Formats: sequence, structure tokens, C-alpha cells
Amino acid sequence: MARTDFGPPDYREMVPPIIKENYGDWKYHTVPRPGVLRHVSNSGAVLHSVRVASPRLVSSEWIHDICDIAEKYCDGYLRFTTRNNVEFLVADETKLEPLLAELDEKDYLIGGVGLSISNVVHTQGWIHCKSAVTDASGITKSIMDEMTGYFTGKQKVPARLRIAVACCVNMCGACHCSDIAIVGIHRTVPRINDEMASRICEIPTTVASCPTGAIRPNPKLKSVEINPEKCMMCGNCTVVCPAIKIMDPVNDGVSIWVGGKVSNARTAPMFSRLAIPFIPNEPPRWSTVTAAVKNLVEVWAANARDGERMGEWIGRIGWERFFKLADLPFTDKHIDDFTHAKTTFRSTTQFKF
Amino acid sequence: MDDRKTPLLDELEKGDWPSFVTEIKRAAAKNKSAADLLAQLESSYEENIGHWKHGGIVGVKGYGGGVVGRYSDEPEKFPHIKEFHTIRVNQPAGFFYTTKKLRQLADIWDKYGSGLYNLHGSTGDCILLGTTTENLQPCVDELADIGFDLGGSGGALRTLSCCVGAARCEKACIDSMQIIHDLTLHYQDAIHRPAWPYKFKIKVSACPNDCAAASARSDLAIIGIWRDAIRIDNEAVRAAVDNGFDIFNRVIRKCPSEALLWDTEKKELTVCAEDCVHCMNCINMMPKAISIGREQGAALMIGGKAPVVKGAMLGWVLVPFIKLEPPYTELKEIIDKITDWWADHGKNRERVSELIVRMGLANFLEAVGLKPLPQMVHEPRSNPYIFWNAEEVEKRG
Ligand code: SF4
Ligand code: SF4
Repeated sequence: MARTDFGPPDYREMVPPIIKENYGDWKYHTVPRPGVLRHVSNSGAVLHSVRVASPRLVSSEWIHDICDIAEKYCDGYLRFTTRNNVEFLVADETKLEPLLAELDEKDYLIGGVGLSISNVVHTQGWIHCKSAVTDASGITKSIMDEMTGYFTGKQKVPARLRIAVACCVNMCGACHCSDIAIVGIHRTVPRINDEMASRICEIPTTVASCPTGAIRPNPKLKSVEINPEKCMMCGNCTVVCPAIKIMDPVNDGVSIWVGGKVSNARTAPMFSRLAIPFIPNEPPRWSTVTAAVKNLVEVWAANARDGERMGEWIGRIGWERFFKLADLPFTDKHIDDFTHAKTTFRSTTQFKF
Repeated sequence: MDDRKTPLLDELEKGDWPSFVTEIKRAAAKNKSAADLLAQLESSYEENIGHWKHGGIVGVKGYGGGVVGRYSDEPEKFPHIKEFHTIRVNQPAGFFYTTKKLRQLADIWDKYGSGLYNLHGSTGDCILLGTTTENLQPCVDELADIGFDLGGSGGALRTLSCCVGAARCEKACIDSMQIIHDLTLHYQDAIHRPAWPYKFKIKVSACPNDCAAASARSDLAIIGIWRDAIRIDNEAVRAAVDNGFDIFNRVIRKCPSEALLWDTEKKELTVCAEDCVHCMNCINMMPKAISIGREQGAALMIGGKAPVVKGAMLGWVLVPFIKLEPPYTELKEIIDKITDWWADHGKNRERVSELIVRMGLANFLEAVGLKPLPQMVHEPRSNPYIFWNAEEVEKRG
């Protein structure tokens, strides 16, 4: 009988001795060069963490590669970050420079610390998700090829900037709270295979899955029907009922959102807001999406004050100037018409021209 | 190696950023399912559409979750990904690994699966990407032999995750790694056997910088804070200022509650502790000079979630301050009360925050035995549509 309910390996057996010894006793850290953190403990111990970019989707060979490096320089210890970078944990300071040299030589990208654009949190896309409207890995790779300089610190940014990609409005990951988010969307009403629905669809669940109440039962056909005027193509019904299809290669694509943040520093966490309602899928390089992201990063970097994140910058200059500076059209699509729309309406005569 | 051409994906091997296509090709050199995955992805790129079907239910003995079934919609063309299920493996707290453990994991996955991974999934699990129904059980059994258990999926407590916290961060107000390890072991049944209306996520960030994005991505976010004053080392402040650090623009002016006072003449920084909203900015800006207070604990935030169905939410304050020491009895009691109430009242696929909005926050607080507090709202209500209980008014007639 297989062993069950024993949980993950104990982290205490996974951390290097220097962390065990100084656990909870760190005094401060500095960033001696992009991608490297130097942690100093109250006892005077020094630990260097060297952060390296990862494509997140990796092979066993890649795992063995990074293990080789960690064994050579870090006594066989390493970790991953919450944005899926790798960190080599160097307890022996004399091994730091040789490690950096080997990483450089092997074309690993060192960076993603502090004032930088770190890794893109992204999802499964066409690689593994049935609901994917776009491919997350392809967009991430295309964007980061453009952003590499911001990752490694060669190009400067006024504050950190988080990019996230989600392949549908389920927004797995933190798209709804990212400085820039790319989210796959549909633009056509789902199609119902009534015969199949009558066999496999749970009607009440399907009806309840619709955020706008656009679905009602169709008792004659033992199926459901969708009121096209109420449907905003979120695709949630297709997740609960396989007889409903929404994929439309011609009209599916992505939207771009800006100004979200999670941290509480200076300002409260913020939601990302719609900047660009629709861009078609253009594999393999998604050049329109990539150009749009680049433009947003550059406009922000040129105009924001030191320490000002995208959402804070927009908060200072106002959306009216944001759309002007970013050279983006403001359309009917930008005006919220979902449940809590009224909290987004401006209830003051304070505005900027 | 496979002789199918992938001109579109080949484009994505160019450029500076590490390429996922290269990774798939490395796995494909020795594994047929990875080769079919690459070929199917190429046709998705040609046709602008995904090629995965609605999953059937697959699993392993004794568990109701942890495995996500996936099937290609063109099994004749891509026979080796006819079944291509993922296994969610519960990651060690803080994503720390020894190379020995990682290599053991890779050897097992080379034997039973595609040799492809996501390190890591958004929730935190180590994702083993692609295997057959037949291989699931033996693979999971061998993973158990090296000490890796499955994570959560479905209407369950999902795999917990956290920031690096006390292991390496001077800002940690709570021991985030120990908390999630303890809760993960305590709630094994809730993780492995889905019994709730929908998913429930817990994440821990050891300070309000929220490096685990807990308030956006978990139904219950545990976020470390302190209750007394920040500690200021004015020697170190002066050193930074004399070194050219722009304390006025980066720290004083950015304090959201104007809690910091700067005496330009004496070059002295003081804080009005009652005004500080522990946002972290001054500490982030001057890590050598300013540190967190001594009376440390956590705030509990309830309700963070993505848009489906009722719109995206950020967690809001449920408990402004709670001490967190093992065995975390009070915390576990609160978690149990929340999930019991939700399991009783929640509709199918209704997240806890959607239920709270539907039933009213005040009702929820009463059910879980928490007192209403001003910290829970931005501001009091502006409309007069107030519910009164019969017991609260005088009986007449
Ligand atoms: S959330 Fe706070 S304690 Fe945790 S890693 Fe980030 S800064 Fe450090
Ligand atoms: S932590 Fe934030 S609120 Fe508190 S004094 Fe520092 S800047 Fe002000």
C-alpha cells in the first residue's frame, strides 16, 4: 500500500547550513550588482544569492545543468523564486566570482533583482490548457527577448515592473494585480452542441456559471441557450460544459492591462486596468503585443519619478494623460459595465485636462 | 530525433531569453510524448487554436486530486500525447531544494513521464508535465519513496506557498516557511480529498511587501506585520544621507500616512508610530537604517481571487493582528470556522469571497465569531439600507 498524506519534504532538510544557522537572524541586504543579493546576518555571516532567468517550462536536462552548477559552487543547494527564477545560494564568498563567470560563459541571464523587470509569471497556454485563448510561453519569450536589458540591469527602470501573462480570463497567476498584464480574450459568443449538451451537461451548473446571467435552460432540447446580447465571451460556461465551444482562431486574441500592484509599499495594492482591448494572436512572435508592451515600458520609464510604479505614476498624472502619453485610443471598451461598475465612476469634479 | 519540421517554434529559439522550445526539444530527443507535444504546439501556432480536450477524471489511489487529466483532440496525429496528464507535486516550503532531491525527482519523471516540468506552477506546486493514465500510480508511488507527496486540485485546499521569509529576509515578521509547512501537514486530508464547493488557497508573505502575492492570489492571505514602532538607527540614516541618498523624495514624501518627521538640522528621523500604516517603503529604501518593529504577528486577509465569476478581488482585512507561534491553534480554528461555514452555505463553484458578498460580511463575521472592526472597511456605508434583527429593536404589540 502506497504511503499517503505525508506532505512535502521538510524545508529544514532543503536549506543550506548557513541558512539554518542564521534563520530569522538576518540584519540587512544589499545589491552589489544586478542579479546578486548580499545578505548579512547579525552574527556577521554573509550569504550571496545569485538570481538567474528560467523559461519555467524546463527539461530534466536543464535540471541536471543547474544541479551541476549548484554542486560546484553552492554545496548542492538552490532555490526558486515566486517568479520562477533560479537562485544559487553561495555561502563561500570566494566562489561568487567564479560562479558568475561560469554563468556568463554558459549564457545564463543574471538579474531580476530590485530595480528591474523580473521574470514573467505565466500560464500553460496551448502547451497544456484546454481553455487557452493564446499561448503564454510564446508571448513570454517574445516579450522577454525585448526586455532582457531591463532584466540584467543594462537598461534602467525607475521602479520594479511586473509583467504577467494569462492565456484566458481565469487569469491564473497575478494578472489582475500586475504592472502590465497580457490576458487572452474571446470576442465571439459560444456555440452549443445541443445533442451533446443533453447527454453530458449539468444544466444548473452551466446556468450558474455565467457572470451576466446570459444562459438559461432550453427544456425542449434538454440543453441551454445563450442570450448573445448579455454574453461578454468570458468562456466560463465552456469550462463547466464540454458541449459549449468558444474557440475562434480568427477573433480570439489578447488584451493588455496596466497599473496593478500587490505590495503595500507607499500605496495600497491595485488592480490592473484595461489599456488595450484587443490585439490578434500573431504567433510565433506576437509582434504587435511585444511592441505595445515595449511602448508602455518606455513611456513609463521616461516619465515616472524614481520609485514610482506604473499604477502610482498613472495615479499621479491621471488616466487622461496616460492615454495621451502612451498614444492609445480610449474607447467604449474601457468603460466598465460589470457588477461594481459604479465604484469606478468618477464621483468628483476633480480631473485634469 | 523526430523529422517533423517546426519552423514557427524554431523562431522562438532565437533571442536572448532562455527558450522553452529548446527545453521541449531537449526532452523530445529522448521522449516521444515531448516530441508529439512540440508537433502539436506547432500546429496550434499555425492554426491559432489550442488542441487540448476537456479532461476526464484521472487520479491515484487514496486521493481525489493532485492530478489533472489532459487529452489531445487529435490523438491519431499525436498518439503519444493522447493522454498527457500533469502531476502536481507539493514543493518544499520556500522552493528550497537539494540537488540530490531534484535529481531523484528528474530520474523518476524520465522513467514515467515526458521529462518536462513547470518550475513552478502559479500556486507553487512543482508541475510534472505529461504522462499516461497507466503511469500515474507507479510514478506517484516512486515519488512517495523519495519523500514527495502530491499537491491539491479541484474543490480542495490547494497547495500552500509562501515568501522566503525568515530563511533569508530581514523583513520577516513571521516564519512563513514554518507556517505553511505546519498547515500543509495539518490539512493533508483537505488537500488530497476535495470536499468543498470550490478551491481554497492559503499563501503566506512574511511582511506587507507580499512577495508571495498572497492578497491577490489566495482566499486566505497571511501577511506579517508589527504593532509597535519601526526601529530607526539614526547613525545609519545620517550615513546614507551624507552619501547622497535623497531621503526627502524617496522616504519622507512617500510615506502614505505622513508618519515620518525629518529634522533637517539635526539630520534626525523620527516616526509617529500611531500614524504608521506599516507599508514598508521607508524600510525598503533604507534597509540598513530602518527595520520592522519588535511586536510581530500577522494580519489575515480574506477573499483574494481572479475574476471568475463575480470579478477579481483583493483580500481584505479579516483579523488586523494575530500572534503566530506553533502550533498555530488560533489560526487553525479561524481557518476551520471559515471553511466550515463556506462548505455549509457555498454553492457549487462559489469562492469564499463571493459567498461573503452574497450573504453579507456582517453575517459572515457573526458566523465565524469575529467582531466587526473599522480596519475591515475603507469607510462605513453611505446608504441607509440597514438590516436590523428582531432582537435589536423593542417588541411591540
Ligand atoms: S514578503 Fe517581506 S519578508 Fe517575505 S520575502 Fe518579501 S520582503 Fe521579505
Ligand atoms: S513603514 Fe510606511 S507608513 Fe510606516 S513610517 Fe515607513 S513609510 Fe511611513
